[in-house]
Amino acid sequence: MMENNEIISVKNLIKKFGATGHEFAAVDDISFSIQRGEIFAFLGPNGAGKSTTIKMLTTLLLPTSGKILINGFNPTVDQDRVRESFGIVFQDQSLDDELTAYENMEFHGVLYHIENSLRKNRIEELLTFVELWERKNDLVKTFSGGMRRRLEIARGLLHHPKIFFLDEPTLGLDPQTRNHIWSYIQDLNEKEQITIFFTTHYMEEADRVADRIAVIDHGKIIRQGTSETLKQETKTTSLEDAFLQLTGHEIRDEEGGAMERMRMRRRMWHR
Amino acid sequence: MDTIYILWLRELKRYYRSRSRMIGSLGQPILFLVALGFGLGPVFKRAGQGNYFEFLGPGVIGMSILFTAVFTGVQVIWDRQFGFLKETLVAPVTRFQIMLGKTLGGATVATLQGIIVFFLTLIAGFRPVSLVHLPLALVFMFLIALFFTSLGVAIASTLQDMQGFQLIMNFVVQPVFFLSGALFPLNGLPKALAIVASLDPLSYGIDGLRYSFVTVSHYGALTSMLVLLVLTFIVLSIGSFLFSKIEI
Repeated sequence: MMENNEIISVKNLIKKFGATGHEFAAVDDISFSIQRGEIFAFLGPNGAGKSTTIKMLTTLLLPTSGKILINGFNPTVDQDRVRESFGIVFQDQSLDDELTAYENMEFHGVLYHIENSLRKNRIEELLTFVELWERKNDLVKTFSGGMRRRLEIARGLLHHPKIFFLDEPTLGLDPQTRNHIWSYIQDLNEKEQITIFFTTHYMEEADRVADRIAVIDHGKIIRQGTSETLKQETKTTSLEDAFLQLTGHEIRDEEGGAMERMRMRRRMWHR
Repeated sequence: MDTIYILWLRELKRYYRSRSRMIGSLGQPILFLVALGFGLGPVFKRAGQGNYFEFLGPGVIGMSILFTAVFTGVQVIWDRQFGFLKETLVAPVTRFQIMLGKTLGGATVATLQGIIVFFLTLIAGFRPVSLVHLPLALVFMFLIALFFTSLGVAIASTLQDMQGFQLIMNFVVQPVFFLSGALFPLNGLPKALAIVASLDPLSYGIDGLRYSFVTVSHYGALTSMLVLLVLTFIVLSIGSFLFSKIEI
């Protein structure tokens, strides 16, 4: 089907927002490719263009220009083929609180057209894998942050995706849970050869699990390579230092849109 | 089909599980039945219009369907806010299927709410002339529900957050209710109000209900049915268009 082993290929991708004449390029001509089975970390400060890129890769946003291939398919043309190819854990949780863990899984299975008997087995297998099988009939609103994350991971894997997108999967979790979650993900990568594409603000996580890292800032990819090469090239001893040297020490304030305000409010309610 | 079914089922489960909301939303119809039914009933009778409960019953049923339908439709904003919408938008299904499943689910919930309120009106003193037209009443209930759920989804698709919700309640739902002939007879109205009422979709829904329960109608059951069908089709199309334009 494909001449090489590239599972994600991005060429000259651009996304501009705003009216003509006052355009702002959130993603400004980026190119990269990811090999099948790779664990790829996409790092950058807030507002660097990470989320916009992920939205374009996952069919949620149309690029202004450039070419994307996901598992050999173009997201703007073969939308459904692309959607079947990946699983995703969004930055904000996307479960239905009023449904049980099992119902959330089942809902996903139906949307992805997984046949009934296969679906049952796969749900059991995955809920067992993330250690939630005992809680399968509990409403998600009774779950902790870590349990929700685990459930989202299980759900994202239900349809046997080739690629797994994880947008800050460990945000706001304690170190124990974070470790736990990474061990699941690494396990999956080894056993099922799933390609992992993730973002994180925890540099030590990227350092530990990623095969390759791309650093994006102001919509451009400023460096890619292994953690080692990034450190060597910046003459630093930790990935965090390398990252700070590449992206500067300034604090970034993300423009607070309506969605952002809503998220803030929601976080406040949950406290 | 499966996609539409599972989205429909989700709405029903959510409705069933939020029993406090279900019971809470019965407060308003009860208030209207008690305050207006018993309060204005004697005046209504003195004016030679007969039993006010017979008149008010269909109006209150229509009202509860209106509120529940718009409310479930507008929950698209919640789904967006609480992230669940994303889960459906990256799935290999069309947005139209998602919209339709959600709308049918919301409409079913609103119809169920209407049926519960129907029983409440019976307790309050509403007596349908005959139950022959009960199936017709159910059709009208569902049409009212479908129209207003679609309207809720359409409006919600254009809103970013819950700030707009109060606006919808004040500038859409309340006027639609009060101008619909739910509380007062449509014949003999001042011209301006009669015109406004005839532009209100709920007027036709309640008129249809009134025909089904007490065989009294202002516009005629067939006209009401046709108007509702056409309007529902239009708003469903607009809703699915707006829903397809949602950007996360």
